[in-house]
Amino acid sequence: MSAERIAILNGRVVDPASGTDAVVPVYLADGAVAAVGSRPDGFAADRELDAAGLVVCPGLVDICARLREPGQEHKGTILSETRAAAAGGITTLLCPPDTDPIADTPAVARLIRSRAQRAGFAKVEIMGAMTRDLAGKELSQMYALRDAGCRAVTNAQFPLANALVLRRAMEYAATCGLVVVVRPDEPSLRGTGCVHEGAVGARLGLPGIPVTAETVAVAQVLALVEETGVQVHFGQLSSARAVEMVAQARVRGHPVSADVAIHHLHLTEDALGGFDAHAHVQPPFRAGGDRLALRRALAAGVVGAVCSDHQPHELDAKLDAFPSTESGVAAMELLLPLTLKLAEEGELDLATALARLSCGPADIFGMPVGRLAAGRSADLCIFDPAAVWKVEQGQWQSNGRNTPYWGQSLKGRVVATLVAGEVVYRSGPSVIGAG
Amino acid sequence: MSDSLQFDRSGRLRHFLTLEGLPRDLLVRIMDTAESFASVTEQQVKKVPLLRGKTVVNLFFENSTRTRTTFELAAKRLSADVLNVNIATSATSKGESLLDTIRNIEAMRVDMFVVRHAESGAAHFIAGHVQPHISVLNAGDGRHSHPTQAMLDMFTIRRHKGDFSRLKVAIVGDVLHSRVARSEILALNTLGAREVRVVAPRTLLPAAATESLGVRVYHDLDQGLAGVDVIIMLRLQRERMTGAFLPSEHEYFERFGLTEARLAKAAPDVIVMHPGPINRGVEIDSRVADGPHSVILQQVSNGIAVRMAIMSLVLRGSEEGYPGVAI
Repeated sequence: MSAERIAILNGRVVDPASGTDAVVPVYLADGAVAAVGSRPDGFAADRELDAAGLVVCPGLVDICARLREPGQEHKGTILSETRAAAAGGITTLLCPPDTDPIADTPAVARLIRSRAQRAGFAKVEIMGAMTRDLAGKELSQMYALRDAGCRAVTNAQFPLANALVLRRAMEYAATCGLVVVVRPDEPSLRGTGCVHEGAVGARLGLPGIPVTAETVAVAQVLALVEETGVQVHFGQLSSARAVEMVAQARVRGHPVSADVAIHHLHLTEDALGGFDAHAHVQPPFRAGGDRLALRRALAAGVVGAVCSDHQPHELDAKLDAFPSTESGVAAMELLLPLTLKLAEEGELDLATALARLSCGPADIFGMPVGRLAAGRSADLCIFDPAAVWKVEQGQWQSNGRNTPYWGQSLKGRVVATLVAGEVVYRSGPSVIGAG
Repeated sequence: MSDSLQFDRSGRLRHFLTLEGLPRDLLVRIMDTAESFASVTEQQVKKVPLLRGKTVVNLFFENSTRTRTTFELAAKRLSADVLNVNIATSATSKGESLLDTIRNIEAMRVDMFVVRHAESGAAHFIAGHVQPHISVLNAGDGRHSHPTQAMLDMFTIRRHKGDFSRLKVAIVGDVLHSRVARSEILALNTLGAREVRVVAPRTLLPAAATESLGVRVYHDLDQGLAGVDVIIMLRLQRERMTGAFLPSEHEYFERFGLTEARLAKAAPDVIVMHPGPINRGVEIDSRVADGPHSVILQQVSNGIAVRMAIMSLVLRGSEEGYPGVAI
């Protein structure tokens, strides 16, 4: 936390939670937001940042990102990946428990949080493992995980032994006050599939994952939600039918929410091209109609959050015949520009786009972040909406370079990121740096 | 899709990975060249010196004695040196990565990899990573592509039927898992076949087969065979029963097996093909496999000439002319 008093002047402040979208000053003191708009009595800035031409918004909240530490430091470390988060304007991360050792005990959750604190680039929260060892059979110690700071539990991409374990885990998590996160995936229907079961996969002869691998799992969870009333969040939906089912459940008043991974809002099965391993993701990129439905659901709020689903890999992980490559995209640094691209393409307005990256995800998990209100932690992202930059070495912070966007130019660049009033990222010799 | 990878900058065929994106002229040229090599293989001295000094490596990550043998013979009849590397029992079982295996053999200054691999996209991956002077020839990757098999089948069809534009062709069996079927469909459509049909239960067809592959789909064998000029039977793997694709070999043969009675639905001069190895009594009755309409063994002998044509085209494509029979 910084005791420095900062005034951010001349920027376009977009705070979706309060509906603010105006060129107004933001005042920070003692690591918190002191005021938005009018200068607090007696406020004397130690530092003034000129944000003319820039957008000032809440620090982004990414509810699915893997840091790879502990256990897979050859792919990424807490230091490298939280630095990438800062470069992406992300100030709060929620990480799945599939580390090694698995985050099914308070000790592992505390270890990750303390290392992240030491790194100091972003606030890191952990989703606890829903079952011991993520094996899908016995419940994890959820009270202990909650007491260690976890707000949610999940079995990530790992299957549960049966529907009874899921039901019990939901009920027990609700008893502890934990949000249940489900990555819907019926393993028997997924089988050995590695791409969307559709035209491109059929042509390339790659084993397909049908949409029903997702929808059968969603239907099962929704039936259990209906019976138990337990709050469930669906992570990384990929299909039109799945978001339609979630929308219907929400209309009926069931406590369900959903997010999508940013690249699913842009890419389809066509990205597979000539077996491009960078397009190997789970769930798979689906058809154009699915992408359209995901975009519409995001605009309508059925999908309340966009996440990066960041999965950094070492180079070798993508160097093999397509089915043998590891799935996943390194995406934290692309989360903002690719979300802005949706606004530019007219899918939703800027404030709504930023809501899905800030208060939207924060509210699903009850996290006290994602808004610029007096008294809140001074977690901010300041970006240049017009700046075009190239995804390449030099800019890139993550240890994983596994992105289909490598070498491409994107619009919208983070200029500065502040966590609790501290500047944790600054791009180049910017105006902000001169402050 | 793979045009950029298969052709070099001057538009010359550098790798032979898939028939997707290959123009009709090229397929015709392959068949014409194969025709000249076919006469070589019928002579007493069966060698031509076209690839003298070149080294061809048969890189088989999946066992197939038959296919490997025809590639080996094809290369030897072109006077190339041939190295057989059977990876299924070699390096990768010791934990070496696919790329390291390639790098090591590449370092032996070879000219062509003939690759067979159980995973779709393996040949593309290797082609994308080999040194610029090396060509990759796909000898079958997963469910994706088996372009030399498709070309030898086209060659066989042309020898019997001539013009493709009036042909109705039925491909029968496990299309879902078949790289042969995918390549044949591409070849037949490129060569302008009048109609390409697939006949199979829904469990053995890819999603949206009609749109994604460009075929007419039949689930009834009698209807699917009605009036066709060419029948291509696909091999049924035993594991399709344990994978719940089918209940039993018996029921499959009853509904989708090619018998003399069913053959009568096709055109009177129909030819029957099979990429082999055949399962007698599972997808095809012995009386049909060994009968007068069967050209299955001709496919095998044509395989050598067609592979010679493709190898010489890829390795000598920039040089004009194909001396063919000149020894």
